[in-house]
Amino acid sequence: MTRSIRMLLLLSASLLIAAACSDDTTSVVDPLTTVESEPSADPVTITLITHDSFAVEESLLAEFAESTGITIELVSAGDTGQMISQSILSAGNPLGDVMYGVDNTFLQRALDADLFARYVAAGLASVPEEFQIDSTNRVTPINFGDVCVNYWNDAIPGEAPTSIVDLTDPVNAGQLVVQNPETSSPGLAFLLATIAGTEDWEQFWTDLEANGVSVTADWESAYYGEFTAGGGERSMVVSYASSPPAEVMFSEEPTDVAPSSVLLDSCFRQIEFAGVLTGTPHPDEAGQVIEFLLSKDFQDGVPEAMFVFPVSDQAELPEIWATHAQLAEDPHMLDPAEIEANRDDWTDRWVEIVLG
Amino acid sequence: MGRDRSRLITAAAAVPAAFLTAFFVYPVATVLWRGVAGDGLAPLGAVLESGRTSDAIVFTFWQAALSTAATLALALPGAAMIARSGPRAQRWIRAIVTIPFVLPTVVVAGAFAELFTRSGLDDGPLRLRHTVWAILLAHVFFNYAVVVRTVGSFWSGLDARLEDQARVLGAGRLRTFTQITLPQLRPALAAASAIVFLFSFTSFGVILVLGGPRQATIETEIYRYAVVRTDFTSAAALATLQLIAVVALVMLATRLERARPITLSTPHRTTLRAGRLGRTANGAVITALLGLPIAVVIERSLTVGESYGFDNFRALTERLAMLPAPVSEAIRNSLVFASIAMAMALCVGTITALVVVHGRRALRHVFDVGLTLPLGTSAVTIGFGMLIALDEPPLDLRASWWIVPIAHSLVGVPFVVRTMVPVLRRIDPALREAAAVLGASPRRVRREVDLPIASRGMLVGASFAFAVSIGEFGATAFIPRRADTLTAPQALFRLLSTPGETLRGQAMALAVVLMAIVAVAVFAIESARGTSQGTF
Amino acid sequence: MWELRDVSVRFGDTPALDDLSLTVTPGEVVVLLGPSGCGKSTLLRVLAGLQAPDRGSIWIDHTDATTREPHRRGIGVMFQDPTLFPHRSVGQNIAFGLRMAGLDRVAQATRVDEMLELVGLDGFANRAVENLSGGEAQRVALARSLAPKPALLLLDEPLAALDRSLRDRLVAELPDLLRATGTSAVHVTHDHDEAFAIADRIAVMQAGRLLRVAQPESLYADPRTEAVARFLGHVNIVGDGHQRRVIRRDAATVDDRGDLVATVVESRFRGDHHDVRVTSDLGPLEFRLSNPAAPGAELRLRIDPTRVAPIEAD
Repeated sequence: MTRSIRMLLLLSASLLIAAACSDDTTSVVDPLTTVESEPSADPVTITLITHDSFAVEESLLAEFAESTGITIELVSAGDTGQMISQSILSAGNPLGDVMYGVDNTFLQRALDADLFARYVAAGLASVPEEFQIDSTNRVTPINFGDVCVNYWNDAIPGEAPTSIVDLTDPVNAGQLVVQNPETSSPGLAFLLATIAGTEDWEQFWTDLEANGVSVTADWESAYYGEFTAGGGERSMVVSYASSPPAEVMFSEEPTDVAPSSVLLDSCFRQIEFAGVLTGTPHPDEAGQVIEFLLSKDFQDGVPEAMFVFPVSDQAELPEIWATHAQLAEDPHMLDPAEIEANRDDWTDRWVEIVLG
Repeated sequence: MGRDRSRLITAAAAVPAAFLTAFFVYPVATVLWRGVAGDGLAPLGAVLESGRTSDAIVFTFWQAALSTAATLALALPGAAMIARSGPRAQRWIRAIVTIPFVLPTVVVAGAFAELFTRSGLDDGPLRLRHTVWAILLAHVFFNYAVVVRTVGSFWSGLDARLEDQARVLGAGRLRTFTQITLPQLRPALAAASAIVFLFSFTSFGVILVLGGPRQATIETEIYRYAVVRTDFTSAAALATLQLIAVVALVMLATRLERARPITLSTPHRTTLRAGRLGRTANGAVITALLGLPIAVVIERSLTVGESYGFDNFRALTERLAMLPAPVSEAIRNSLVFASIAMAMALCVGTITALVVVHGRRALRHVFDVGLTLPLGTSAVTIGFGMLIALDEPPLDLRASWWIVPIAHSLVGVPFVVRTMVPVLRRIDPALREAAAVLGASPRRVRREVDLPIASRGMLVGASFAFAVSIGEFGATAFIPRRADTLTAPQALFRLLSTPGETLRGQAMALAVVLMAIVAVAVFAIESARGTSQGTF
Repeated sequence: MWELRDVSVRFGDTPALDDLSLTVTPGEVVVLLGPSGCGKSTLLRVLAGLQAPDRGSIWIDHTDATTREPHRRGIGVMFQDPTLFPHRSVGQNIAFGLRMAGLDRVAQATRVDEMLELVGLDGFANRAVENLSGGEAQRVALARSLAPKPALLLLDEPLAALDRSLRDRLVAELPDLLRATGTSAVHVTHDHDEAFAIADRIAVMQAGRLLRVAQPESLYADPRTEAVARFLGHVNIVGDGHQRRVIRRDAATVDDRGDLVATVVESRFRGDHHDVRVTSDLGPLEFRLSNPAAPGAELRLRIDPTRVAPIEAD
């Protein structure tokens, strides 16, 4: 038996050694502790902090490294909120050089915390005005997505809703499931949409509550737990404009018809930004990474990798997206500063009305 | 013998001390200080006054206590099953029962939600959805293994002849159990209860998803303040409160665990069996509670469109666009992390257990409580603490590959300690002295008396540490992760974040793979004990 | 009256009890004699209800009690280890069975004192069991078993762990105690001297089967099979085939007119006799003689034919 214990310890020890050896591809030392700031001729590693939904083709990263000598190292930091909190906490000694994933609902908070350094991207030339909401150029828009109410075409009780107010129509009673804006990003976005898009948002939510709206904590529970897509009873859910094309892409049986549609009047636009973090020893290289994120190759891949839309007008949408993606022409938006100033009050009020 | 050993243990105590200080005390103190330093204690008052917070505090304690009671009640018969079975059957039971432990909350929540729907329990008068009962069921589901294995393992080492005596002296089965067996089980029961309580106390995903938006606990409130509102001050205030509560709870638990040592004799397997009704009921509970949700997951993993097939599993071998690494690599990472975390937890935990039982008086209590604390500390606190504390050399680990197994082992160590301490304490010092007097050298005594007994606890703790790491509990959710540290649960979560049947099917397939891995691993670890020990 | 009828118990592939039948009548002490591992303990456990038989039945007072729970059989058990309930006093241990039977406090206390007096441990009622010596603990265990007045007491080698003088003393006291309380007993041992001292009947057991059940004297005088003979302590088994016989140790006297010529190998003093080992035409033998003999000496021995018994061929 002692032998068995010894074997177990030996096994663990050898695994420890194996692990230590396998960890040789990337250096453990924080790149920011490098003393000198290297000129771009020598290879540089730029750490790109993202949220968990970030994805990019390896070949793109490899190409970028080859052409510029810059190796991009990815660090994911949870969802957007977690990422921002972590960055604010580590402001004196940032985790990386560039951060991607701040969206307009968190933008003011990030700007107020002085997380970013100014960088005017050359690639902004191909980005429409509507996305360039940061006049100080501390962040650069990279992609956008709309948070909208989705409905399952075959499951809705009445006619397809066309206006956000239709959600309070008794014919649609008990059909809608939303997420708690305190714990869910799309939940918050939808709340902001109602604030921007209705005359009296508090009344709207009172009516919704009377109309049997269901609330979950996160997107998965709503979409897969209660929405028709997951076998649930509710035919309407707060989700993304990219959900119908995703349903087509990932359906079991190949199909050409999207099973769900978007209520365009309920859409809130979420723009995601990237920025150079203050304190980086490689500001030039960091800027180049931003350019990379705005490059056509990257922007082309954004829909399939991350299920959002590219900001660049040079980008080409994949076919499925072109066919099935519905984008609102005039989505709801709110000024980031206004969002940051009122957000807590709004969510508190929302909790009172809907959950109280 | 006593002095040499004591000195050795005191010296070795430096290891867990360093571990705890570097990776727990220092980070937590840093982040709490950060939050509290600015405005002093005033925000603490404000936070506590809020009705929402006081509701959350009350609810946290209440659901944790209820979860612990429910788990004990339902899992004790399972523990009895282990106590009654031979070594081979025990290994199977232990492996199977540990599977729920590693399933990510989101998968479990989904499975329960579907069960509620299918059985009509999600609406109407018998509604379970978004109630505290749903939370309870999920907590029992996760923690069943803790009670069954900790208590069952301990139970199988008891001398059942005491039960035999009671029975021939006129005690029926129930009275024998309550009068004779239960008092003997107290240390293991206390240890298991402590773990389950702390686990439920800091439960996050279960509360959020199954409890719904109306249920808030201290943990979810800390999250809300820290992450959603970046109000670190209020978050730190709550986290401090939580820490104080946990320290008190762990001290209570360790006191309950202490029992006077019983002279060890050869364990005799208990022959106490419940009546047929009792056994059937137990089987029904295990099947319904543990089996059904797992069955749901398996069924979903095999669902391809309208029929069944293995497509989802096959798809796992392909490279999926939304994942930064292939699934196979994620699985490999999980296994490597788990093995390392287990080794670290074993090392630190075993030394701690020895210090607690044999070390100098001054150290015992401190180590006992201290090394158990991480289990009851908010994941946000530990994660953020590590982020800001471990950010420069010599401990610049925050984005390192190593932070993951370290964070895992922080939670694994309490399991090892709590499973080993009751077992080690059972050894009567008189027995060891008797062995020594009979001519056994100290090393021989350790080998013949201590190790066989200790090994039982050690292997139970080890397999828990492994499972905990695979299931990615705790702080790693709030630590930045490099792409090459992608683990299977993370991949699973990402698969579930995008709409699409095939992705969901693949996520379920990955969950099934995880379950299989942990069952095999636990089986293998437990088998390391060898058959030469007989009922040991 | 207690009966085991055709009881079989298997653990895996090994039969622990093989089609065994045994009857115990009220008031008698039956000793189960046999080597380790022959199934004696299993037999006790089956009788007590702690082990269910795979085949066969148990009858108590002419009623089928095979499925009856242990606490309803009126059978007490004493194990080799005292197995006293820890963290309870001597008195609390002894009172356990009385408590289960629902006796009130006063009655309990009276009986506890009675039992303590019976086993010679007056005044021990409040002692902690952790501080007792081996002999004291065993006596407490005995008192505990007898307190609820079981009709039958099973003793599983209860004296094996005690030192010689203590064991001898208890061996002498036990039958009297049992008779005083009117308790029948099945006493398990591998020590044939102990068996002879206690038993009304001896049941010789081997490999899960009973070889012989008989009174001690007749058993010793006429063991009938070699296995039984050896269990009983016989060593002088001579001859082969149908001529096989056993010669008792006390069958020989030194006599010039004796038929047996023997050469002394070794002689040991035993207090009231000498154990003398010899070689002879019949093979190596061992006898008890009044006088010592020097090694190498030649003796003529006369064998008492009434102390020779035939052994059945296997």
